[in-house]
Amino acid sequence: MSVISQSEFQRRRARRKWMGRAFFGLCLLSVTIALGMLALLLVYLLIQGATGIDWSFLTSFASRHPDKAGIKAAMLGSIYVVIVAGVVSFTLGVATALYLEEYAGRSKFAKIAKINIANLAGVPSIVYGILGLQIFVHSLHLGKSVLAGGFTLALLVLPIVIVAAGEAVRAVPPSLREGSYALGATRWQVIWHMVIPQAFPGILTGVILAVSRAIGETAPLIAMGALTFVPFTPDSPLSRFTVLPIQIFNWTSRPQAGFQEAAAAGIIVLLVILLVMNAGAVILRNRFQNKWEG
Amino acid sequence: MARDVVSPPLGRGSRSGWKRKLPEQAIAVVLFLSSSLSILITVGIVAVLLFEAITFFADVSLWEFITGTRWTPLFSSKQFGVLALVAGTTLTAVLAMAVALPLGLLSAIYLSEYAPDGIRRLVKPILEVLAGIPTVVYGYFALLFVTPILRGISGDIAVFNALSASIVMGIMILPMVSSLSEDAMRSVPRNLREAAYALGSTKLEVSTLVVVPAALSGIMSAFILAVSRAIGETMIVTIAAGQNPSFTLNPFIPIETMTAYIVQVSQGDAPAGSIEFKTIFAVALLLFVITLVMNLLSQYVVSRFREEYE
Repeated sequence: MSVISQSEFQRRRARRKWMGRAFFGLCLLSVTIALGMLALLLVYLLIQGATGIDWSFLTSFASRHPDKAGIKAAMLGSIYVVIVAGVVSFTLGVATALYLEEYAGRSKFAKIAKINIANLAGVPSIVYGILGLQIFVHSLHLGKSVLAGGFTLALLVLPIVIVAAGEAVRAVPPSLREGSYALGATRWQVIWHMVIPQAFPGILTGVILAVSRAIGETAPLIAMGALTFVPFTPDSPLSRFTVLPIQIFNWTSRPQAGFQEAAAAGIIVLLVILLVMNAGAVILRNRFQNKWEG
Repeated sequence: MARDVVSPPLGRGSRSGWKRKLPEQAIAVVLFLSSSLSILITVGIVAVLLFEAITFFADVSLWEFITGTRWTPLFSSKQFGVLALVAGTTLTAVLAMAVALPLGLLSAIYLSEYAPDGIRRLVKPILEVLAGIPTVVYGYFALLFVTPILRGISGDIAVFNALSASIVMGIMILPMVSSLSEDAMRSVPRNLREAAYALGSTKLEVSTLVVVPAALSGIMSAFILAVSRAIGETMIVTIAAGQNPSFTLNPFIPIETMTAYIVQVSQGDAPAGSIEFKTIFAVALLLFVITLVMNLLSQYVVSRFREEYE
């Protein structure tokens, strides 16, 4: 290693310090850009859409006239589909997580299943739409119905529920299980009376996150064949439907400024629903964490 | 006073016999079946895509599909060169990563190395809000906010273009890059940093020469997952990038991605069994294979190149 003169050392040190500050500035700039884009997006949407939201917008059907257009059918469609998706993914997801964590242990089956679930989480959502079209709409003859849409989204968000429920179940202290076993409880009694109640807030958080993913999905339902123009409310599980994101997509694609404002108004409604659901998830998660860490 | 003591049934008592075991086993079977369903979903996806794709390749040669550069199944003179769609997908994914990678990585370095704990805890969830916004909202933003600005800068940019969609998609996947990279960086042990500081390193040097290399497996895997996400993204490119399959790398003109094509056909009236209908299965199969390979690669990178310091 060569020795450098003091003036050279000071020159290099000043340069390194200057570069350090420039780099810090660059990092800060990146975060600012990211946060700024979020702010820009929200402000732009509010400016475009806030005036369009009123009671008639929420209670009218889609229309060929932008001023009369509303989201009644889309809102109800979204709610029905998401209820189906939530119930199905909750049931299957929790059952799967319980089996993989409490029964399968480190078996080969559990290993394969977990790798498989990680990969399912990465499958593009539109592929699920095609799966739903072939399995639920065509093979099971459910038609392009609320039920088929809900099942399709349930499969899409199933990995989210399984992973979240699995983590919640793993976080239950083993001492609770052992205590119950020591009192003579069977495996299912331990799961039903100890594990599920303790893990429930975590499971519920996962389900809320899954449902909020499902409520914003557009592509799989289009691929599955949901309608884009629906002037009626779905009246049975086998009724055809549209959902809020598809309605927004439909309005966005139209050239008239009036429909684009309706799209912005629809987006605001969608984002408010998501905000409420995510706030609920955060509150639950905090409560959950405090229980064991606080 | 002596209490009556009820002795518990020992051994094969009434409660511990088959009445108790049968429901236990039934429950185990039900749970097993439900967890098998997740594997069945994968099988179902592969089977559904393969089944229709095979009949598609009975009509169209595989060679034409993977080497042709013109994609016109919806016109009267049909050509099935999927490279036109692959080019659109590649173009948007590469541009989106050009936005998401530098911004995401620098944000992650800021959050992990520079930000005080309070700011980190505030900023991280806000950044993750970006990932929770539905993609149709980003599509709206790209088409009606970003595109007019781009067209104000240069008149050569078409209403539907890959650039606008990619920029917005980059913003959307940024939190994925930053969040996963930050997790990887924060799991780099403190003593590595302290050793570097003790040698007189600046924060820049510690971040870029110690922390980032040590967390590289996590960062790489985040990067690959983000690419996979960009490839599978549908609504932004459907709304803002156009429906014009073209074998080009020009970001200013309308293009079409694989995902946008599937939406286009789904919205139309292609009857089941027609060649137009079958194309979406061939395209979706290709999409599925590409994203699957990237996801497996990401898992492999984590397990193979992870630096262990414990």
